[in-house]
Amino acid sequence: MKKNMLFTDKLVFEYIRRDEEGNVESITRALDEVNLEVKRGEFVAILGHNGSGKSTVAKHINALLSPTEGAVFVNGMDTKDEEHLWDIRRSAGMVFQNPDNQIIATVVEEDVAFGPENIGIPTEEIWRRVEESLAAVGMTAYRTHSPNKLSGGQKQRVAIAGIMAMRPDCIVLDEPTAMLDPVGRKEVIRTVHELNKNEGVTILLITHYMDEVIDADRVIVMDGGKVVMQGTPRAVFSQVERLKEYRLDVPQVTELAYELKKKGVPMPDGILTVEEFTAAYCTAKGKLQESRG
Amino acid sequence: MEAQTKAGDLRECMVLDHVNYVYGAGTAYEKHALQDINLVLRKGEFIGLIGHTGSGKSTLVQHLNGLITPTSGHIYYRGNDIGAADYNRKELRGKVGLVFQYPEHQLFETTVVKDVAFGPKNMGLSQLETDMRTFAALKEAGVSETLYDASPFELSGGQKRRVAIAGVLAMQPDILILDEPTAGLDPRGRDEILERIAKIHDEGDRTVILVSHSMEDVAKYASRLIVMNGGRVFCDGTPKEVFEAYKELEDIGLAAPQVTYLSEALKNAGIALPYNATTVEEAKELLLADWRGGGR
Amino acid sequence: MIRDITIGQYYPVESPIHRLDPRVKLSGTMIFLISLFVFSGYLGYIIAAVFVSCVIKLSKVPFRYIVRGLRPVLMLLLITLLFNLLLTREGEEVFSFWIIHIYDEGVIMAALMAVRLVLLVLGSSLMTFTTTPNQLTDGLEKGLGFLKKIRVPVHEIAMMMSIALRFIPILIEETDKIMKAQQARGADFESGKLLQRAKALVPLLVPLFVSAIRRANDLAFAMEARCYHGGEGRTKMKPLRYQKRDAAAYIILFAYLGVMIGSSFLF
Repeated sequence: MKKNMLFTDKLVFEYIRRDEEGNVESITRALDEVNLEVKRGEFVAILGHNGSGKSTVAKHINALLSPTEGAVFVNGMDTKDEEHLWDIRRSAGMVFQNPDNQIIATVVEEDVAFGPENIGIPTEEIWRRVEESLAAVGMTAYRTHSPNKLSGGQKQRVAIAGIMAMRPDCIVLDEPTAMLDPVGRKEVIRTVHELNKNEGVTILLITHYMDEVIDADRVIVMDGGKVVMQGTPRAVFSQVERLKEYRLDVPQVTELAYELKKKGVPMPDGILTVEEFTAAYCTAKGKLQESRG
Repeated sequence: MEAQTKAGDLRECMVLDHVNYVYGAGTAYEKHALQDINLVLRKGEFIGLIGHTGSGKSTLVQHLNGLITPTSGHIYYRGNDIGAADYNRKELRGKVGLVFQYPEHQLFETTVVKDVAFGPKNMGLSQLETDMRTFAALKEAGVSETLYDASPFELSGGQKRRVAIAGVLAMQPDILILDEPTAGLDPRGRDEILERIAKIHDEGDRTVILVSHSMEDVAKYASRLIVMNGGRVFCDGTPKEVFEAYKELEDIGLAAPQVTYLSEALKNAGIALPYNATTVEEAKELLLADWRGGGR
Repeated sequence: MIRDITIGQYYPVESPIHRLDPRVKLSGTMIFLISLFVFSGYLGYIIAAVFVSCVIKLSKVPFRYIVRGLRPVLMLLLITLLFNLLLTREGEEVFSFWIIHIYDEGVIMAALMAVRLVLLVLGSSLMTFTTTPNQLTDGLEKGLGFLKKIRVPVHEIAMMMSIALRFIPILIEETDKIMKAQQARGADFESGKLLQRAKALVPLLVPLFVSAIRRANDLAFAMEARCYHGGEGRTKMKPLRYQKRDAAAYIILFAYLGVMIGSSFLF
């Protein structure tokens, strides 16, 4: 159990809508028996369109929501256990979608200090952590700046630093790039990968951009509150047909290889990069020429 | 460029003549947001306007409907200078419809229909005319009839955005400008909105200007690309022409679609396609042709 | 328009005043405001003016920048001037036209009132020029900490203030954007009668409120996720500790107050 960073056991969550008298109007099952497992140090991505339940999963990990049925364990702690609430939030930090709505302070370094302040870290230690966290996300040069003057990508990096300063074992990022431009998106994804590699932080990245998950260790696809696909990026992207069913994107080269294969060109499944495509096509063509002699 | 356009046509166009825009002049925050912009936007074109944050593209589109007045230079719409003292800029805003980023954040009425009617009502149209335009716009934007009396705040993200777009369409603009209409949407929502915009373009004789970060999107839909950088027009041409210069695009932090890079990589591997593809569809055709002709 | 207001805009330079503990500056401002009302007589004006000028000099905030901050209160200043001029009926009449009668006492009163008001605004704006909003809320939280005993939620109020300060620029920007977007749909915020204008604000205010609520919701989640649970057991990155210079400042402040009170007895 301890080997698992995150673990959900038949997690069910229902939104209950009530009318003015408090009678139940409708019940929406946002999560339907979700079983997830994230190992320590892993980089896992959850793909799915809006309403697939991926953000609801994220809020459970941080104990912002409590399961209707089933259970969520973070670092071996049950999120239903009130006693562990702050330990859970400290070990599984969370970064949200809108960069503006999660920065609290008017100075970058003071915002990074917000988390450690809340958990009662002594002053000198806070300074040390702020320094380290800002360095880890490459924002040291901006420590005395106002967050309002930063770009979207920079703001998200500040938010990530704020989580890092709590020394988490795991960071859950809930569509951290949805509101950013391509430059900002790259910035954030690169930072997250660096934290995973250099600091050994477990990452759970929730997104709907397929190009951000290609370098993940594992991809989980969610649809209608269920986990519908799971595996390495290559394994998942081999199934173009199914991904299209869930209305998800695949990289252009992956789609192209799939289309060509349908037309009879012998292309392998799960091509992810331009290089792989070029090599595969050249091989296929070489064989064709051989056979025609 | 002016030379290519017949004089008669110019009256149908929007012409930007040496447009400059400086804000915060004389202060520490002075910024030359637009520098010497010269463009002719022809009737019926589908234009993709690209550039990264701060390149001036949002400032540029706000000039087109008179929300911002140029510091120097002139903008002519149908032959009239929209900066002239006696020009009716309020009317212009009906002719040049601008859909802002995250347009659903501007919804405010109690029902979808009322919200969409806000534009035509402001134009001083009769109730009948307002209603007709409202329903036509809702249909054009693909809003389901069951939602007409719903509160706009209860809709899903994609539906809200369509309602917001209908709110601008209801003014029946000749030019429809959309500032990053797919921002924050998932792939499904994005495709639906883009298909809808393409349909709006194809079924009417409107000029559509799509401001976007996504090269894949503009390559797929636009017939002309204008790339902005540092407040200037960096290049202007068909997607093919623009993406031929993918190396220059990289210098300013942009990139061509993946299939363009693939075309280049194949060329280097000895498989020369007649031209570089810009969309998956195109790449598929080119490669199938190559495959069928292969081995000979 | 809204952006032109310089009152309360922190001016980032290094100066002895900037380095003072915010609690000193808060109580200093209070003392200065009180001093403006206890004295009578010209000497008091001179002492107060000299005092303010010394502090301005020490603070290294350019005088021009401070004067710009006076602009928004100009209207108020003019109105008080006018009232004093027109309504004082003492002393000798120096000017009269139709129903307007101006007496020399009125002129003096008006002038003195104007000086008092200017000093008041200068004194209080100096605090915000030299103190970051965060220091200010920290100072309030700690300086008013004793109120916690009578169940005043001091920490919560301070937290609300600092969050408000963080979001004001964001909301101003948002207002601007929504205004433009509605103008693009033909909305008119500039013309019409008062009632029409008020009505025209609905398309601006509704989206603004909706957005503010959405932001508040998001922020609450984000704060909770970062283990925020009120002021209890909270530590500080930059805790306030009185230094020697703060003690010196207090002595100077009280000396100044003493002189002011003394001056009104002298004359």
